[in-house]
Amino acid sequence: MVTKTNSGAVDMSCDFFGVKLASPVFTASGCAASGKELSNFMDLTSIGGVVTKSVMLEPRAGRATPRMSETPSGMLNGIGLQGPGIDYFLENDLSWLSERKIATIVSIAGNTVEEFSKLAYKLKNRPEILAIEVNISCPNVENRNKVFACNPVTAQDAVKAVRKHISNVPLLAKLSPDVTDIVEIAGSVIKAGVNGLSLINTLLGMAIDTNTFKPVLSGGTGGLSGPAIRPVAVRCIHQVRAAFSEVFILGSGGLRTGSDGLEFIAAGANALSVGTAIFNDPSAPVRIHNEIAEKLGNKKIDSLASVRNAAHD
Amino acid sequence: MPIQHESSVISNSRAGAYHLISLTAGDIPKSYKPGQFVTLSIDGLASSLILRRSFSIYQAQDRGVYGGSIEIVVAAHGEGTKWITQLRRNDSVNIVGPLGKPFPIPKDPVSCILIGGGYGSAPLFRLAEALKNRGCRVDFILGAQNSEKLFGLLEARRLGHNVVITTADGSAGQTGFVTDPLPELIEKTSSQVIYSCGPMPMLSAITEIAKANKIYSFTAVEEAMACGIGVCMTCVLPVIGEDGVTRMLRSCVDGPIFNGEKVRWSDVGTVPSETFGSGNH
Repeated sequence: MVTKTNSGAVDMSCDFFGVKLASPVFTASGCAASGKELSNFMDLTSIGGVVTKSVMLEPRAGRATPRMSETPSGMLNGIGLQGPGIDYFLENDLSWLSERKIATIVSIAGNTVEEFSKLAYKLKNRPEILAIEVNISCPNVENRNKVFACNPVTAQDAVKAVRKHISNVPLLAKLSPDVTDIVEIAGSVIKAGVNGLSLINTLLGMAIDTNTFKPVLSGGTGGLSGPAIRPVAVRCIHQVRAAFSEVFILGSGGLRTGSDGLEFIAAGANALSVGTAIFNDPSAPVRIHNEIAEKLGNKKIDSLASVRNAAHD
Repeated sequence: MPIQHESSVISNSRAGAYHLISLTAGDIPKSYKPGQFVTLSIDGLASSLILRRSFSIYQAQDRGVYGGSIEIVVAAHGEGTKWITQLRRNDSVNIVGPLGKPFPIPKDPVSCILIGGGYGSAPLFRLAEALKNRGCRVDFILGAQNSEKLFGLLEARRLGHNVVITTADGSAGQTGFVTDPLPELIEKTSSQVIYSCGPMPMLSAITEIAKANKIYSFTAVEEAMACGIGVCMTCVLPVIGEDGVTRMLRSCVDGPIFNGEKVRWSDVGTVPSETFGSGNH
């Protein structure tokens, strides 16, 4: 009952910095843990790979409950990056993934620039890692808890701290859409040496319980994800692609169907990552891959790559 | 191992305040053990309700006219559960299961008390069968706000040595809560284990009584879940491990059955200061 991708006659391959992947579809960070649980539902070697839940330097308990609230075509979450810390992750989760030859993008998150640097140091010389995703959509404790990704300077600082230690593995920066000009932030992290961008992270939101008149989530605010944010993701990908014709874009944000995936590709994404849709359908990445292949097949389009950037003149 | 299955509805009938829904379940019943649950998605891929709803498995049959099938008990709380209660025969619904850890079964044929609050009793009947197969004596306490909200009375009478009913409004059985008759029943039956499923305050109160009587309390907790399969980290609660360390555990994969004594009931909804990963551990 473990599902597998099927591309039919369509070339669904994805050039990932010189590595040819059979599928452009990844799991998105925070929606797949480290792959183990999802391996009950799909063959993770048949998709592009797994983007792991953002790991921090130290073990982290996360926020109190309630951590989640369902919203129209989406959800708010405020998990607070609960996780076991980088040492446990490397010993247990990364080894589990690499033993099974599952392509892995390791997502890292730091409270400070120094923590990003230490995390990067721990990931040095790990050939089993396909890429590192720098989650800069977390609060910077040294800058009044303002999110790294919301300021071109702090975004750049976090990325530079990682690049300093990582020379032979592609770096992706995951950007927040909660900015006035995402192209500016993209430009600053590209200058800092990232090879690609993950677009987009969740949008900051809030839900209020109308019985108590208090915020539903224990932390007040949370990240909005799911199909509700998809048009924002498509817009961000399109804007960034229009400004940077070469940068690698891993598109995410409300992806639920193959048709959604084609929107992202046409807007300029090189690959896709599926997040909240996994909560709705644990084998969604495989289904989305197959739906894309089927739709292209029906349109007699023989490769996914030929659709990329099609929404641009 | 959990399976994702495109299920069709076999039947949907009323049972007091609830709906009893029977679903085709493929191979899900083959590995099912009492205490495990399933999740249902709401409508198709265009639905605006994207989170699955979780339900204890009430009955599971691994073969029959429809192949494998399961039964769940549903109360229409919100839009999602309302959609489920309106399902009709042959409608399709995507299900995932069996999920979670089952109730542990004692090695020896000891006496056990099974306590259900409202339709929280749903997973207890298959548990009762498993316990009886082990030679255990089984007694039930079923409680609810009112008689409409009791579930599984006939089943409890068939399987249980004794069945005590409590309702808050006195419309059936004793007026009061499931914890009222519990101390006396423990003494009378010399029970060694209590199994319970229902609202968190009930589980906490039962565990206190179990502790006072130096017997086991296994509780099936209800925490809001987003994924049900262990990836979202939504349904956590503080639980003390074998090493004495409190961790925020996922009720979907580390539970939903927990040793009640290990759950920090009064701290549910918080991250206690010495929890693993809180910075103070």
